[in-house]
Amino acid sequence: MTDVTQTSSSRGTPFHIPMWSDANWIVRIALLVGLALIVVALAAPLIAPFDPNDQSLISRLRPPLGFERYKDGFFLGTDELGRDILSRCIYGLRLTFALALAGSIIGLLIGGTLGLLAGIAGGVLEDLVMGMVDIQIAIPFTLIALLILAVMGSSLDVMILVLGVYGWEQYARIVRAEVKKLIQMPFVEAAQAAGATPLRIAFRHILPNVVSPIVVQFTLNFSNIVILESTLSFLGLGVQPPTATLGSMVGIGRDYLPTAPWIVLVPAAAILLLTFAVQILGDWLRDKADVRLRTR
Amino acid sequence: MLTYVLRTLVKMAITLVVIVSLVFFATRLSGNPVDFVLGEGITREDRELLIAYYGLDASIGTQYWRYLASVFSGEFGLSFLERRPVSQIVLGRAWPSLKLLLSAVSFTLIVSVPLGILAAIYRTSIVGSVVMVIAFLGYAVPAFIIGILLVLIFGYTLNWLPVIGDGSALHFIMPTLAISGMLVAAITRFTRNAMLDVLSQDYMRTARAKGLPEWIVILKHGLRNASITLLSVIGLQIAGLAAAGSVVVEAIFAWPGIGDLLVRSAILRDYPVLQFGVLSVAIVVIVINATVDIAYAYADPRIRLAKG
Repeated sequence: MTDVTQTSSSRGTPFHIPMWSDANWIVRIALLVGLALIVVALAAPLIAPFDPNDQSLISRLRPPLGFERYKDGFFLGTDELGRDILSRCIYGLRLTFALALAGSIIGLLIGGTLGLLAGIAGGVLEDLVMGMVDIQIAIPFTLIALLILAVMGSSLDVMILVLGVYGWEQYARIVRAEVKKLIQMPFVEAAQAAGATPLRIAFRHILPNVVSPIVVQFTLNFSNIVILESTLSFLGLGVQPPTATLGSMVGIGRDYLPTAPWIVLVPAAAILLLTFAVQILGDWLRDKADVRLRTR
Repeated sequence: MLTYVLRTLVKMAITLVVIVSLVFFATRLSGNPVDFVLGEGITREDRELLIAYYGLDASIGTQYWRYLASVFSGEFGLSFLERRPVSQIVLGRAWPSLKLLLSAVSFTLIVSVPLGILAAIYRTSIVGSVVMVIAFLGYAVPAFIIGILLVLIFGYTLNWLPVIGDGSALHFIMPTLAISGMLVAAITRFTRNAMLDVLSQDYMRTARAKGLPEWIVILKHGLRNASITLLSVIGLQIAGLAAAGSVVVEAIFAWPGIGDLLVRSAILRDYPVLQFGVLSVAIVVIVINATVDIAYAYADPRIRLAKG
């Protein structure tokens, strides 16, 4: 017996995987771009033509293919230390992806768990969780991020922590609202009558029905997390050199903007490609899941 | 109404207490800030002297108590780096930030409200789609990328606009655009949704039926009814988004505002400045949000007239 089929007739839409055929051409392009970026990120060591940190001071600041002074093999040019920009972008993309994914998952786990608890337990616990959510919403997250990074220093772990805290309140809100709706449903009562423990009801009967809004929120949140990570790295508060993410490449390349704009433009274009693709997919999934998650 | 106001105020107070405590414990948990600032080459006696001066030798409880007292008196001591009172440094930066913010918010409203209305009216035609695609994608462009592209195009290539500082009216153009990018995208979407809700109402049909010109129907009957929702959303969104946007944009354009100060003190670990800066921005945002909340409740007769 699956809960999914039981709720399909009610408001709580079950999660079905949207098909290629439901997608219009914009979404299809976004899907292909997204997949391509994932493949590039995963296969970075195989694809990248050079080591991302290999310096070659003779071939500093060379422009991309098609410009004067182009140096063979460095398709997208080289940076101020003669490092291959294409290779750095590929590895930067990989790291940006990894950070954003880790951050998203942590946020989802924190927010989802709290939301589930609040929705099922109710009472004081619910008030407490929702109070925390309200406080988190009221304080601009950039301030918290600056504070944490200044205090704990800029490292990979701290960055993951910062990104992990980001967005938990959205998950908590959505999951709690869904749970409160679901808990009234006949199938939950039936499960109770059949003697299921609260834990079993939570994980076996309620959780599967919350998957759909969570997937939508995860996607929409992912692009925000990429933006946050790039912004912090751009400001020099992210992962420290020579390791690069796309954002820190833009930040460091800024000094060479008048003479060697490609150092900035290439990673900036990569960031936009990533956020556009994710944003379009998230919006599409939201339409498909037909949940009014937020009034934005 | 009274209960509503009280509840909002209590919530605001709790949020303030949380952020105040958070700021304190975050900066103290990381060890002794004196070591970060002074680095090598200082004698043991000088170090002790400074620790005593900043009161870092007391117990954490005492420090917290002193800190609370200093929050209420607005006295945050000296900056580690500039040796000037923190409040003086932050306040000196408030006006440039405020100017930039006003400029960005006005620009956002002038652009996005008409765009949102257009997108709602012509939602089925190409106009609506184009506006929404731009608004939609604009939300996915980080402010620093807009800023960098503007600098590259209008600063270095065309040489039209100054890149650094806030000296003249021309200096405002690029930072304003960079902060507004995400705001325009967000507010256009809100305006469109608010207008869409209104456009299908019966009173719109009535207004048309009695022969009013279309623009009066849209502006007087449509926009006016959408404006309450719109204003509250704008109030809530702008405070948060603008705070986030101005931090990075001010840093790019070396704008002498609070955002630039926050980034610099975070990188250089000037904790007193960072504490006071974060607190002031957070407090302003929280107070604005609460005010908008109450104003919204007041504008809505269902809440204003409700008992209890």
